[in-house]
Formats: sequence, structure tokens, C-alpha cells
Amino acid sequence: MKPEDFDLFSSLVKQRSGLVLSKDKSYLLESRLIPVARKYNLKTLEELAQLVRTKRDEAILHAITEAMTTNESFFFRDTKPFDQFKKLLLPELLRTRAAKKQFRIWSSASSSGQEAYSLAMICAEEAAKLQGWKIDILGTDISTEMVERAKSGIYSQFEVQRGLPIALLMKCFSQIGTDKWQLKEELRRMVQYREGNLLTDFGPIGVFDVIYCRNVLIYFDQPTKTRVLEAMSHVLAPDGVLFLGGAETVLGISDKFKPLENERGVYVLANRPDTGMLPKGRGTGVAPPVGSSVFTGTSSSASISA
Amino acid sequence: MKSCLLVDDSRVIRKVARQIFEALDFACEEAENGQMALEACQKAMPDVILLDWNMPVMDGMEFLRALRKMANGGESVVVFCTTENDMKHIQDAMANGANEYIMKPFDADIVRSKLIQLGIVEG
Repeated sequence: MKPEDFDLFSSLVKQRSGLVLSKDKSYLLESRLIPVARKYNLKTLEELAQLVRTKRDEAILHAITEAMTTNESFFFRDTKPFDQFKKLLLPELLRTRAAKKQFRIWSSASSSGQEAYSLAMICAEEAAKLQGWKIDILGTDISTEMVERAKSGIYSQFEVQRGLPIALLMKCFSQIGTDKWQLKEELRRMVQYREGNLLTDFGPIGVFDVIYCRNVLIYFDQPTKTRVLEAMSHVLAPDGVLFLGGAETVLGISDKFKPLENERGVYVLANRPDTGMLPKGRGTGVAPPVGSSVFTGTSSSASISA
Repeated sequence: MKSCLLVDDSRVIRKVARQIFEALDFACEEAENGQMALEACQKAMPDVILLDWNMPVMDGMEFLRALRKMANGGESVVVFCTTENDMKHIQDAMANGANEYIMKPFDADIVRSKLIQLGIVEG
């Protein structure tokens, strides 16, 4: 690929999705963009580059960006962030949101939907405790195709085996034909998916009690990471919780968040209040005040990391 | 080191499975049918059994029923690994004492994620 064409595609993708493509990703760019070129009846990426330069057709720009984004996802990916939700956060949400009986979760960069649906399955398993509660789970992704796939709730035999225990497959899915499985409607109804770009204004998205933003920041450069974290700090409840991926951190990137001690991957607002969810002392190794009943009945961080 | 018994009449499948389990630090034994698997279990009960369904001599379901009747036959974690991919087979397997179920074709990610869910391998 000509260097000027690589620069054209990589700056287009960066500008629209935040994804940083270094020069060594030239092969990846070629392998992903050749199918896009074919779709527009073009023989080479040179012709595709020419088309981008002469005619800034929104559909083509979108197709190029979409082709470059990574859409790998598993059910219950990495296990721990879901154990933490179930054992640490859910009891806290039940306690602190008891008056409103309502909480909201955002799965940002939701890809084909497995993260948001995994959370829905956990809530469904805890249905007895959540009777009368209103739970909003929102999944957003930059890719039109991924949002549509997520909404369908249809997964290949491969996908339903990665991370999903067989007991949950039996309980939550129906088989379609020989090798596709669809999440049951009552679970699909628990999650709303829509297109959303983390680089632009989130729009009227509301405030969330829990945000999952895992394995997204790794694709961004530092100023973009800072900007996204800053924007997320404005849509997170004061005592809300942010999950990042295992290889991601806020340290040196944003002063809006701080890690929750002893809970890998869990972040809270730097200026969070002393009361509310995970009140001060929780998970920070500091013992609760004597006589406090706040901590009884919830699992300790030790049992979560087990 | 954890032990694993790979039960499948296909040498190729056993070889692929061995590579996956050895990468996860398992000591592997192999058996090409249910009968040979039972004999292996009588000698030493493995921590995990990866079990094909359709095999000559003794199939996976017959093996599973016989295993669960053995005095220490409840100790092993049994993961079915078969081309049978309909709900009826899955339900039968679980009702007869299987712990997990993999539908072929499978890969290292699937095996690893199932073992993490079972608490046998660390995430």
C-alpha cells in the first residue's frame, strides 16, 4: 500500500473511531479493507483511496471505519468483572437504590452484545431479589452491523460456548436450526442496543450506576483515552462504578477516576462521596467503623477474588 | 499438576485436545473408548475427563453412567465433547451427571473458558 493511502485510511479511522493504526498495522488494514473495496466494485485499495479523496461518501467512510474496528467478544469475558458485579455491586445496588428500586448499566462498545447480555443473565438469576425493580441495561457500539447482531441475540455455536456455562445455555437460549442459538426474548428485552460513538457527545444518554468500558481504551491514543474517561465521569452516578479491561488503567491518563483497592479493574470517581455505593473503607482495606451494619451480609473482597 | 483423561475414538481429536490441556498444565492420559476409559479410571481417577459421545465398544453415555456408580466416580469433572449439538442430548448428558458440555468443533478458547467456569483453571 502507498504510504499516502495508509495515512489517508488511518487518519480517517482515527478521526471517526479513535482507533490508532500504527505503520505495522498496514497488513491488517489491507486485509480488512479489501472486502470493502470489493463491495464497491473496486479492484484495489488505491482505487478505494481515490474514491475517498474525490467523493466523501458517508456510507463508504462508515464502511471503512466499521471494517477496522475489532469485534471480538465473549460471554462473561474474563469472568471476574461479572463475579464482581454479582457479588460486590449487586448487593450494594440493592442496598443503596432500595428507595428508587432502579439502576442503570451501560455496556460501552458493546460489540455483538455478549457483555450486556451476560449482565442481563446475572440479573435474571437474581430475579427473586429484584422483584419490582426497574433495571436498564444499555449497549452502544459504533458499528451498525454489530448493533443489529446484538439486538437479534443470535449467536453461532462457537460464540455460545466461549465463556457461557452449559447450564445457562440450556436455561437462557433456544436453538435455531442446527448451529445457531438465540437468547430468549425475556432476556433480550432487558437490554437496549443502539449506535453510539465514544468520541462524540454521548447525547441524552442519562446517568449510569455502572459503566463497563473494557478493552476499548487500549485502541486509543492518550489524549483520546483522557477525553473518553472525562466524558464518562459526567454520566456516572457520584457513587457509581466503572469497569476497565485488564490491560487498561486510569493512572497517568485521567484524574477523574481512581482504582478501587483490592478490586482489579474497578474504578470509582476520584471525588466520590463517603456514602452511597461502596462507601469509604469498602474494598480499601480500611475496617468499617465499629457498630456499622453497612457491611454485614455482603460478600467480602476475598471471596470475590477466589 | 492436575490430571486429565481424554476419551475419543479419533486419534486426531485426542491429539488436539492433548495440546490444549497440556498448554493448561494438565498431565494427560488417553482412551479410545468408554471401556478403556473405565479401566483407566479404576487405576487412577483423573481430575477432568473430556468425553466423546459416539464411540465403538462403549459409548460416552454408558461410560458416564458406569463412572458415576463407582465408589470414587463422583470426584472427576466430566466435560462431554461431541458433535451431538441438540438440546435433548445436552439435557440427557447433564441429567446423567456430566458437569459441562462442549459441542464440536471446539478450540482452546472454548476449553479454557469452560475450565475457568468450572473453577479448575484460574482466569
